[in-house]
Amino acid sequence: MDIKVNVREAEGECYVVDLSGEIDVYTSPKVKDALGELIDRGVYNLVIDLEKVRYIDSTGLGVLIGSLKRVREHGGTVNLVCTNPQIKKIFDITGLVKIFGIYESENAAMKATA
Amino acid sequence: MAETVDLRIPRKAEWVAVARLTVAGIASRLHFTIEDIEDVKLAVAEACTNAIQAPDGGAFIEIRCDVDGDRLRVAVVNSVDGAAPPRAEVLDEELSVDGLGVFLIRSLMDDVEYEDVPDRGKQLVMVKRLAS
Repeated sequence: MDIKVNVREAEGECYVVDLSGEIDVYTSPKVKDALGELIDRGVYNLVIDLEKVRYIDSTGLGVLIGSLKRVREHGGTVNLVCTNPQIKKIFDITGLVKIFGIYESENAAMKATA
Repeated sequence: MAETVDLRIPRKAEWVAVARLTVAGIASRLHFTIEDIEDVKLAVAEACTNAIQAPDGGAFIEIRCDVDGDRLRVAVVNSVDGAAPPRAEVLDEELSVDGLGVFLIRSLMDDVEYEDVPDRGKQLVMVKRLAS
């Protein structure tokens, strides 16, 4: 079980973070470090692509919430790309669907971030 | 008659995936839907994460699965034996969001309760039933 993190610079001052694998109590610190490093560098507009994420638990949600809090302090945003029904369900039942922008494509998430 | 599967994993984050996948395999034997199996997987993982975070307990997490007809009962409790791993080594405290794990468990399972186990503190017991 592992998570792969790939960071890409996109248009404007936005970065796309592709996550692939499973985000759980073991792998969340890796995601937290990658996002924290970007925010420390002054990147406050993030698109996080969850299309290749098969599983996420409360610690993964905690990392996303923590990153959102940090970028909002600088007027930034975190938008997510997610079409996996099981993962969307987790955002639905926790109410996080109201806090994050969740989009069906990277293009849509980028437009919302710009 | 209920059939029981006992699983005992080291109380460390890297073993939680083994617990959730094992219990998912048991749930699949009951012919749960894929969605229900995913619910059980997440609930078990959250219970194990809580067990890791708990201040008391030993070196292991014990997971008992009782399969009884159309019902899967999963009990999760910390062992009493062995020394708990140092918390800093097994869990990044900043990752946890207060109450989110338990909220997910309650949302995903049909019944959830804490039971007192003599000399061992609380065990989390959760039940998922096959949808009729």
